Amino acid sequence: MTTKMMGERVPRVEDDRLVTGKGRYSDDLVPGALETAVLRSPHAHARIVSIDVEAVLDVHGVHAVYTYEDLPGPMADPLPLLIPHPALTHGRTQYALAKDEVNYVGEAIAFVVADNRYIAEDALEHIEVEYDFLPPVVGIPAARAAQELVHEDVPGNRAATMHQSFGDADAAIRDATHTLSLDFTIERSASMPLEGRGTVARWDEDLKRLSVWTSTQTSTGVRAAVASKLGLDLGQVDVITPDVGGGFGVKIMHPWPEELLVPLAARSLKRPVKFTEDRREHFISAAHERGQEQHVDVGFDDDGRITGLSVHFWHDNGAYTPYGLIVPIITSTQLLGPYKPPNYSVTFESLYTNTVIVTPYRGAGRPQGVYAMERTMDAIAAHLGKDRVQVREANFIQPEDFPYAQGDLLFQDGRPLIYDSGNYPELMDKAKALIDWSDFEAYREEARAAGRKVGIGIACYVEGTGVGPYEGGHVHIETSGKVKVSTGLTSQGQGHETAFAQIVADELGVPFADIEVVTGDTRRSPYSVGTFASRAAVMSGSAIALAARNARQKALRIAAQALEADVDDLEISEGIVRVKGVPQSEIALGTLAVLSNPLRYAFDEASRAATQFIVGDPLQPPVGEDDEPGLEGKDYYSPMRCTFASGIHAVIVETDPETAEITILRYAVVHDCGTLINPKIVEGQIHGGVAQGVGGALYEKMAYDEHGQLQNASFMDFLMPYVTEVPDGIEVDHLETPSPLNPLGLKGAGEAGVIPTSAVFASAIEDAEGFPITAMPISPSELHALRLTHEHDRARDQDTIERSNS
Amino acid sequence: MTMSEPTSEETVPVRLHVNGVTHDIVVPPRRLLSDALRHDIGLTGTHVGCEHGVCGACTILVDGAPSRACLMFAVGAQDVELTTVEGLTHEDGSLSPVQQAFKDCHGLQCGFCTPGFLTTIAAGIRDNPDPDREDARDMIAGNLCRCTGYQNIVASVLRAAEIQREEEAS
Repeated sequence: MTTKMMGERVPRVEDDRLVTGKGRYSDDLVPGALETAVLRSPHAHARIVSIDVEAVLDVHGVHAVYTYEDLPGPMADPLPLLIPHPALTHGRTQYALAKDEVNYVGEAIAFVVADNRYIAEDALEHIEVEYDFLPPVVGIPAARAAQELVHEDVPGNRAATMHQSFGDADAAIRDATHTLSLDFTIERSASMPLEGRGTVARWDEDLKRLSVWTSTQTSTGVRAAVASKLGLDLGQVDVITPDVGGGFGVKIMHPWPEELLVPLAARSLKRPVKFTEDRREHFISAAHERGQEQHVDVGFDDDGRITGLSVHFWHDNGAYTPYGLIVPIITSTQLLGPYKPPNYSVTFESLYTNTVIVTPYRGAGRPQGVYAMERTMDAIAAHLGKDRVQVREANFIQPEDFPYAQGDLLFQDGRPLIYDSGNYPELMDKAKALIDWSDFEAYREEARAAGRKVGIGIACYVEGTGVGPYEGGHVHIETSGKVKVSTGLTSQGQGHETAFAQIVADELGVPFADIEVVTGDTRRSPYSVGTFASRAAVMSGSAIALAARNARQKALRIAAQALEADVDDLEISEGIVRVKGVPQSEIALGTLAVLSNPLRYAFDEASRAATQFIVGDPLQPPVGEDDEPGLEGKDYYSPMRCTFASGIHAVIVETDPETAEITILRYAVVHDCGTLINPKIVEGQIHGGVAQGVGGALYEKMAYDEHGQLQNASFMDFLMPYVTEVPDGIEVDHLETPSPLNPLGLKGAGEAGVIPTSAVFASAIEDAEGFPITAMPISPSELHALRLTHEHDRARDQDTIERSNS
Repeated sequence: MTMSEPTSEETVPVRLHVNGVTHDIVVPPRRLLSDALRHDIGLTGTHVGCEHGVCGACTILVDGAPSRACLMFAVGAQDVELTTVEGLTHEDGSLSPVQQAFKDCHGLQCGFCTPGFLTTIAAGIRDNPDPDREDARDMIAGNLCRCTGYQNIVASVLRAAEIQREEEAS
C-alpha cells in the first residue's frame, strides 16, 4: 500500500535547487539580455509640458529610449482596468508611459534600454522633462475634503461610493439598549517581497514568437495583456513564471508597465531585454495597501449581542484604480467575521490621492475589516464591563447555522456571501486554551506586583478563500511510470510543487518521488487565473485531484482489459495496478501508458511494445471513438462560490512603563483551513503571515509628506521585522472542518497569519494601558504620546471633579 | 527612438577567487561585486534584495566573513577568497549542514533571501558550533526574510549545528 501523503509533513521538493543556488528567478535568466531603467516622476502631481530625450543619444551603450510618443497601437491606450464594477463610476488607469500628466512620485515617464543597468541609469540623467506643477492631494482627509482634485474630471476625488446592507441598521441602533460611535484609522503598508518585480523577454523573429519570463502571480494574465497590447495573437506569446521571490499580492497586478515595455523593446530591437526593479523603485512604483479611515456605529444589548451595525469607511486607492474595488469590497463584507449581526449597513468611499496605486496585499482588505469589527467587539466589552471573549461568543454564528448567508451581501466574486462551514465556538475554546486566557488575570497581578505592565488581546476572522472562477489540472503518466503534472497558477514560495504532488500521489497511488509538478507556464497550461486570495490549494489542488482521478479511471480501464479483470476489482499502489487478492496479476502504470498509445514507429524499447501491430484489436480502430492516445487526465475546478476559512489569534504583550516599548511575550494562532495537505507548509504560511502582521501592527507605514514624497523608501527607513521583532515560538493549533464545496475539503491558508494582527495588537496594548487604541500601527513614541494625552485628560477630569466638589 | 553602434564604458581586468575557482573578468570599475558574481561569472545564487546593505540577501563570505556583496565593488574583491551559496555544497554534490537543515526544518519559502541566510549561518556555526536558541537568533539578526517569520530559520540554525557536529564526529 502506498503511504498516504495528504496531511503529512513532507519536506519540500523545491528546496534542493533553492538551497544550492540553482533557483532561477527572472533576473537569473537570459544572460546577455539588454537591461533597462525607467525615468520616474519626481513630482506627485504635475502636467508634463515637454520631454527632451536628445541628450540620451550621447550616452554610449544606450540602444533605445521610449516615451509616450513612441508607444504604438494599443500600447498608447491607458492600461487595462482589470476588474470593472458598476459602483466604480470614475475608474482611472495610467498609461504605460505617462501622457501629459503624472499623478504620483514614481509614475513611469520614459524607458531606456542599454547594454546594462548602470548605463541605462546614466542615460536617465540626460532626459529633460519640463513640468507644470499641480497641487498634490495626499492622505484621506485631503482627498475627502477635495479642495484639490487628483483627476480634474473626477468630482470629490471619489472613484466609487458603494453601499450594501441587510435589515435596518439605523433603526436597530436607534432602538438599542446601548450604542457606541467609534472612529479608527489604519495606515498603509506594502507587500515588499525580497525580490522586486522583474521581466525578461525574447522575440524570435524567425518564428514570430515572444517568450516572456516574469515574476508574477499570474502568467496567463500577463500573457493576455502582452498579446493584447502588442497586437499579437495569444498563440504567439508564451509567459513562463520562473522561481518567484515572494509576491504577497503586489505581483498579481498586471500588467505592470514594464511587463509591456520589455516585450515591446525586445521585439523592436530583436534582442533579449530585461527589467529588474531596484528597491527604491519598488517602494515608489509598485503597489501599497491598507490605508483606511473607519467610522462605526453599533447598537447592542446587555449581553453584548449586536443588534445593529453601521459602518462608513474611506479607502485610499492611490492615483489609479487598475484593480477596481476589490480591496474595499472585501473590507466591507469580511468585516462581519464569525459574527451574525441581524442588521448591517456599510458604505465606503474609494478616494484618489497623488500616491502610488493601492492593490491587494496579503489579506487584501481583510485586516482593515477585522480591525474595525474586533475593535468594536472590544469597545462593547469595555462598555459593558464584560469579558472580551464572552462578547464575541454571544455574537458567533453557530455550527448548526451553516451554510450561513450574511444577509444578501455580495462578496468580491460577485456571488452571495454564504459561509460554507466552520466551528467558531470550538475555535474559541482552542484559542483560550492555547493562550491560557482564563489564567491571565492572575498573571497580570503577578506582573503588576513586579512593576510590569502586560496585556492580552484576542481577535477572530473569517476569510473567503479559493475564489473562482476556475483553475485546471493536467496529469500525464509517462511510459517510464513518471507522472508529470501541470497547473496554470504560479508559485511564489507556497510549496505548490510539493503540496500538489502529495495530492497526486494519493489520488493516483504513485510514489511521491515519481511526480513532477510544473506551475505558471502558459505552454503547459494556457487556461488559468493566478495565485492570490488563498486560492491555490483550493482551486488547483481540487483541479489536480479531479485530473488525477480521470487519469486513474483511464488507467484502470486499460488495466482491466490487459488483466482481463473487472475495473472494480483493481487497486493502484506504488504505481502498480493489481487485481485485489491476486498477487501475480499486476501491471505497471508505465506499461499502461505504453498500451494507451498505439504507435506507428518503434523508436525505443517501450515504443516497440506499443506499435499498432502489437497492441489493440485489429478489428477496431487503433484509437477508439471517444478515446484519445496517451495516459492523461485533465480537468477544471470551478466552484459556485468561495469557501470560508477562519481563525483566532491571541497575543500577550508587555509595554515598558518608561520607554513605551512593546514586547511580544506570547503569540497563539488557532485556525481552520479545512483538510490539511501539508501541516508543515501551512504552519510556515502562518508564521510568515504573523511576522508580516507584526510589521503592519507595530512598525510599517508609508511616510508620505504633504508633497507626496515617500520619506521612507528604503529598507533603512521602512521597518520590516527582523527575527528580533517577531515572537520566538508562535503557538499554532489546527481545527479541520472540511469544506463541502470541493473534492478534498480544502480551504485556503495563505493569508490567515496576517489578517487579525493589527486588531489583536490593538486589543492587547489597550488592555495593558487602559485607554483606547484607535490608530494602527503604533510605535513606542506614539504610545508614549497617547499616555501623556490620557494622563493630561485624567488630571483635567480630576481637577474638574475637585473644583465642582469645592 | 532607437540608436545604433553602442559602445561600452572604460573597463579594467579583475581576478576573482570564488568557491576555489579563479575567474578573470573585465568590468567597469563601478561594477558591484554582486553584479560581477551574478552576471559576469554566472553565479546567480547570490541575490540582490535592496542594494543598500540592509536585507542581507546578497551576503557572501569574504575570507570567511559574512559580507554584503552589494556594498563592494568587484575591483575591491581581488586577492580574497569569496564563497557564495554555490560554494557551500559539499564537493560530492551533497548538501552542507546548513543547506540540509533548511530543507529539514522548512527554513525557506520563496528562497530568495535564503542564500544570504545560508552563508551567514555557515560562518556562524563555524565560529559557534553549539549555539543555543538566543545565539541562533543573534546569528540571523542582520538578514531580512519576508516569508518564513523566522521561526523555522531559527530551528534551521540549531539543526545545522547539530548536523555539523555529527559530520565532524563521523
